[in-house]
Amino acid sequence: MHNMETREKIQFKPETVAEINRIISQFPQGKQKSALLRILHIAQHEFGNWLSVEVMDYIAEFLNIKPIEVYEVASFYSMYNLNPVGKVVLEVCHTGPCCLVGAEKMIKHIEQTLNIKPGETTSDGMFTLKTVECLGACGYGPMLQIGEDYHEKLTIEKLDNLLNVIKNKNN
Amino acid sequence: MPKVTIDGVTIEVDEGTTIMNAARKVGGEIVPPAMCYYSKLDKSGGKCRTCLVEVTKGSDKDPRPMPKLVASCSTPIMDGMEVSNKTSQKVLDARKGVVEFLLINHPLDCPVCDQAGECDLQNLSYEHGTEGTRFEEKKRVFDKIDIGPFIQLHMTRCIMCYRCVYTADQITNERVHGVLKRGDASEIGTYIEKAIDNDFSGNVIDVCPVGALTDKTFRFKSRVWFLNPMDAHRNCDKCSGKAVVWMFGEEIYRVTGRKDQYAEVEEFICNTCRFETKDLAKWTIEGPRHISRESVISQGHYEMQPLKIENNNEETK
Amino acid sequence: MGRKILLEKTGIENINTYEVYRREGGYSAVEKALKKMTPEEVVEEVKKSGLRGRGGAGFPAGMKWSFIAKPEGVPRYLLCNADESEPGTFKDRFLMEKIPHLLIEGMILSSYALGCNTSYIYIRGEYMWILRILEKALEEARQNGWLGKNILKSGYDLEIYVSPGAGAYICGEETALIESLEGKRGNPRMKPPFPAVKGLWQSPTVVNNVETISSVVSIVNNGGEQYASIGLGKSTGTKLISACGNIRKPGVYEIELGISVEEFLYSDEYCGGINNGKRLKACIPGGSSVPILPHYLVTKTANGEQRLMTYESLADGGFATGSMLGSGGFIVFDEDQCIVRNTWNFSRFYHHESCGQCSPCREGTGWMDKVLKRIEYGKGNMHDIDLLVSISKNIEGNTICPLGDAAAWPVASAIRHFREEFEWHIKEPVKCLETNYGLVKETELEA
Repeated sequence: MHNMETREKIQFKPETVAEINRIISQFPQGKQKSALLRILHIAQHEFGNWLSVEVMDYIAEFLNIKPIEVYEVASFYSMYNLNPVGKVVLEVCHTGPCCLVGAEKMIKHIEQTLNIKPGETTSDGMFTLKTVECLGACGYGPMLQIGEDYHEKLTIEKLDNLLNVIKNKNN
Repeated sequence: MPKVTIDGVTIEVDEGTTIMNAARKVGGEIVPPAMCYYSKLDKSGGKCRTCLVEVTKGSDKDPRPMPKLVASCSTPIMDGMEVSNKTSQKVLDARKGVVEFLLINHPLDCPVCDQAGECDLQNLSYEHGTEGTRFEEKKRVFDKIDIGPFIQLHMTRCIMCYRCVYTADQITNERVHGVLKRGDASEIGTYIEKAIDNDFSGNVIDVCPVGALTDKTFRFKSRVWFLNPMDAHRNCDKCSGKAVVWMFGEEIYRVTGRKDQYAEVEEFICNTCRFETKDLAKWTIEGPRHISRESVISQGHYEMQPLKIENNNEETK
Repeated sequence: MGRKILLEKTGIENINTYEVYRREGGYSAVEKALKKMTPEEVVEEVKKSGLRGRGGAGFPAGMKWSFIAKPEGVPRYLLCNADESEPGTFKDRFLMEKIPHLLIEGMILSSYALGCNTSYIYIRGEYMWILRILEKALEEARQNGWLGKNILKSGYDLEIYVSPGAGAYICGEETALIESLEGKRGNPRMKPPFPAVKGLWQSPTVVNNVETISSVVSIVNNGGEQYASIGLGKSTGTKLISACGNIRKPGVYEIELGISVEEFLYSDEYCGGINNGKRLKACIPGGSSVPILPHYLVTKTANGEQRLMTYESLADGGFATGSMLGSGGFIVFDEDQCIVRNTWNFSRFYHHESCGQCSPCREGTGWMDKVLKRIEYGKGNMHDIDLLVSISKNIEGNTICPLGDAAAWPVASAIRHFREEFEWHIKEPVKCLETNYGLVKETELEA
């Protein structure tokens, strides 16, 4: 469970507010709660890759709904991180079809290379490894998702390459 | 009015009545058990699957049987519908399965549970459960959370009936708890450490079919079957003031709503009555609360005991 | 070469843009419908086509449409189910990515037929990049007068929006999808009432799969009868099959319903046979939820007849010896694959994806996951096999939504056809672990 801590005030950037208002306008008057899932995605992106209680309370206020309604939703869907994660989250599919073509080897390789287990973050805060269920890339496995990008038909070499590129970009 | 036949008993009911409520109109053996449905709570029902029944004939118009068992609490009757509850082996088997599912992760800590003796799950298990378990895995556990000074939450005992959530939504003015996470990790919680505290929050205790939500002011004080439940009322500016006070000698150990034969309260009561009015002088005792003869609570034969209760209640005069 | 309807034009360069799509005859079906057809006539053509829901259930689309309630003064909604999450299924994604305007054109036609003025595409959150493709395409369509007020001066108004999920397989179930689109947890609703009567915001609603809606374009262009002339019996038209697993050419293929499974699996036009010269061990023909077929029941039915890619033929033999076409997620296993491990894997999936609302699914999926994991990691007992069968039976048919069945069928069918392999795991755990992908070592017996 999370404790309230005092922090600087959470606020969306003005352009984000405009985007959110555009999304809300796609639903009938009074049905603004329908925008919740998308707003949570946006908030997660804007506020450091995870959803703190403060951020969720802010969204509740923004949409004029109860905070518990936001917690209920945020904790239901697997894409929302309710705890801090690394800068880059490696979401590797480990469902059947990907495993038929070697997903487990890829996961093992990432574990060994980064010295973390699924659910853990590297000590430098760079990578979090997450195993996820089917991402709809079964014919192009093994695969992983980083942010919005799918990386498919992975091999050990491709994986090493990818990790190096990310490391270099973030150094 | 449309007719429905349940286990051979035919009855006329209003259009839109569910199979469960039609059965309750008849009463007795043909009523399916309910762990999540609560007639006073909108949207409740359909979840626990203990009330599954077999529809052997859809209606006079379309006599085909329904392919699957249906939840009697959320399936409306059709004219000419024929339903098997206790007379269907399929239903009894399914119910046995459901009871097993409800119990595999349940701690079975009845000896230390305040709900014991008035627990719907206990009753259901006696009737439909089996001896022993086939579950060899570790039982699910949850982090303990504190939801305030009056209500104790034991998440491990919860069967996810959602009644307490609907109660908070429909009876209280602000809901601060809900269902978090999903699947078998779902839990009732507030997410942040927050007390569930408003005038009617205590009703979540009465609607809880198991010992997941219990009265902190009554915690470990006594087993319910050692107490004498008495209908009582008082003048209350928040609720009807009609309650049951559970007495040990001359002392009130706890206060609850008045529950009917389906363990549903007749009226919701406020927290002041429930938690803060334990002084006998503040209540007018009407007489013993009738409890089913099958209940362990009846073992005290309290209804037969002459009780010397002096009503010196100032408030009610 | 089989006839192509959905993927006919996906090879054309820049067909994802409005200009090229329009140049290639795109939106002509909307012109035809809005100028020359009544909504009822569009419904009639879809009925004639025999088109069946492509999301997995295979319910006749025209019939589903005709169920929608039409109370006065209440809006109706069409929702496109782009939540594609069934393991083995990745066809809708292909369609939306390659030719987004086809879906939009189908949405306009279907919305017109149903009398909807606002429609939504609910897309799984992980497909965020496809959401952006769709929003761009929608904007193009709007700019060119195919959306908005008084489209083609027909007096018909329509807006289409895209809304994302956030990681929950259950939201592919239509009432969970509706809940999610309302900004709630993806808990399926109790039925009745059905969405056709009370759906999104309690208004009459139809939910159709991406492929179903996209197929309407050709039906309007060429007529329902022409569509019905393709395929076999009640399996009319074409179907996208996403093929994966141990085959030479995984990918998305459009087939005429009625070709043989053998042709699909072994011809170079489609899967190209088993990869690396290995032999076929098993196949799940319709997405992870449908029963697995052992090699001897894949290309032939139990009666020795040729098995065809149709709803009927794949189901031939019932659950004893048949399976289902489902969503068209065609998963192929070669001789090296471990059925126990895969069954556990799918069980873990359903355990992870159960919404937790009803007891059989919430408790049963977790239980099966744990027992299967124990067996896979060498800690199983012989009685566990029958226990699994019993758990699956207690879930099947007793849940609020079909996820319970989807979780039960793979386990029941794997044990039905591969019982010996389960027994082998229990009798010789160490040997099994060494065989399985060469990944799991004895030291990892931690179940």
